[in-house]
Amino acid sequence: MQPTNRSSRILLPVKMWFVYTTLFFALFLNYIPTGHLPAVPDFVALVLAFWCVREPLKIGIGAGFVFGLLTDIGVGAALGQHAFAYVLLAYASNELARRVLWFTPVEQALHVLPLLFLTQVVMVVVRLLAGAEFPGWWMFFGSFVGALLWIPLHYVLLLPQYQPVERDENRPI
Amino acid sequence: MVGHSPPPFFKRGPAPLAKLVFFVLVSLGLLVSDLNLRYLDAFRQGLSVLAYPMQMAAATPADFVRNASDYFASLVRLQIENKELKRQQLQGAERLLRLDQIEQENRHLRELLEVRERQKVNSVVAEIMYTAKDPFSRKVILDKGTQAGIEAGQAVVDNVGVVGQITRVFPMQSELTLLTDKDQAIPVMVVRNGLRAVLFGAGNGLMELRYLAANADVQPGDKVVTSGLDGVFQQGLPVATVARVERDQAQAFARIPCLPAAGVEQFSHVLVLGQRANVLPRPPEVEVINKGKGRKSRARE
Repeated sequence: MQPTNRSSRILLPVKMWFVYTTLFFALFLNYIPTGHLPAVPDFVALVLAFWCVREPLKIGIGAGFVFGLLTDIGVGAALGQHAFAYVLLAYASNELARRVLWFTPVEQALHVLPLLFLTQVVMVVVRLLAGAEFPGWWMFFGSFVGALLWIPLHYVLLLPQYQPVERDENRPI
Repeated sequence: MVGHSPPPFFKRGPAPLAKLVFFVLVSLGLLVSDLNLRYLDAFRQGLSVLAYPMQMAAATPADFVRNASDYFASLVRLQIENKELKRQQLQGAERLLRLDQIEQENRHLRELLEVRERQKVNSVVAEIMYTAKDPFSRKVILDKGTQAGIEAGQAVVDNVGVVGQITRVFPMQSELTLLTDKDQAIPVMVVRNGLRAVLFGAGNGLMELRYLAANADVQPGDKVVTSGLDGVFQQGLPVATVARVERDQAQAFARIPCLPAAGVEQFSHVLVLGQRANVLPRPPEVEVINKGKGRKSRARE
């Protein structure tokens, strides 16, 4: 029996402008000043991980670096803090892409959770080494919420690729 | 079909690992030069121009929520606030009337004594837009920037005392580091006995008087004000109150946590004080010249 790649039914090729639009939209969500509210996920990390898993040949470390820098600027973090973490995240998700895509969205979320968590751990370590105060354990809730969001995200971000190529008015389906 | 090109099998650019190493090195370089050497402020300013429109757009919902809650504030609360403000103004008016006269007198006396005049500062009222999202520091964003004449390093006060210091300035906004931030320090003086010390942010909404000997004359409840030695903060602005004093014989220094005087983490409008114009000149440097038996002589002035 041939193994079925359940999560990858035949889709239209992704449009790069859509990838970058969603990344910028995630950046926008990251810029919303929620202060020190706990459990706010890192949207850019989530969307970046998603595209790195879906399109490892097209999106990767470079995009992670650029969007990391933009996040650093917007949230007033140390310059390079998010860039460093996102570069590692992009690399890890690119490498994991072949494996992760075999699973259902829920199982994929379980794969993404440690990635998001380690991204935060990297940032905490970098800032603690630089002498910042430890913000408290509540900040790690963000990655759990992020992993939960993976499941709806999986459908929303793939929506444009579900469209049929040739619209045929007479076709029954 | 449209857009169905084969994936690039053979030409894929540099190997992923090489790319990873390159970008990791670049971001570590950025981190070190930003955190330790502070080389990148111009670079950050350039990028912030790009990010600014998006930041403004993202801040709008927060703005809306804040304004809406103001709008629906209950009548009772406003009446209480109004009464309180009237009372404060009356109290202040009486003191202001005397202040004018006392200032005149003070200037006159200072002229007589030929003491340097205490300079007045011009200041800018700014509103706090939101708390910066970085969970590792305590910073807030003000709605005025270089266009309102704000510069990095200026002191910020509210109606009760010192709040913090401007650390970064952008064209339309500026970043205020609160006194409770772990990297923030301010030279202070204990009012009761004039003991000088340095007050550091402790991070958890408190501050700490550090490097005071274990037997230093500090008591719980002592008021702490700026000493003005730094040339940034005006002298005599209230900063904090000593919460308790922990003297441990094993330690060389006493541990003295302090409560901030101003509502350092809950306020909406603040005053950005202008730079002090005429800071006292630094004392002349003493140059040591070793001539035979190490005779010291003042070379410069």
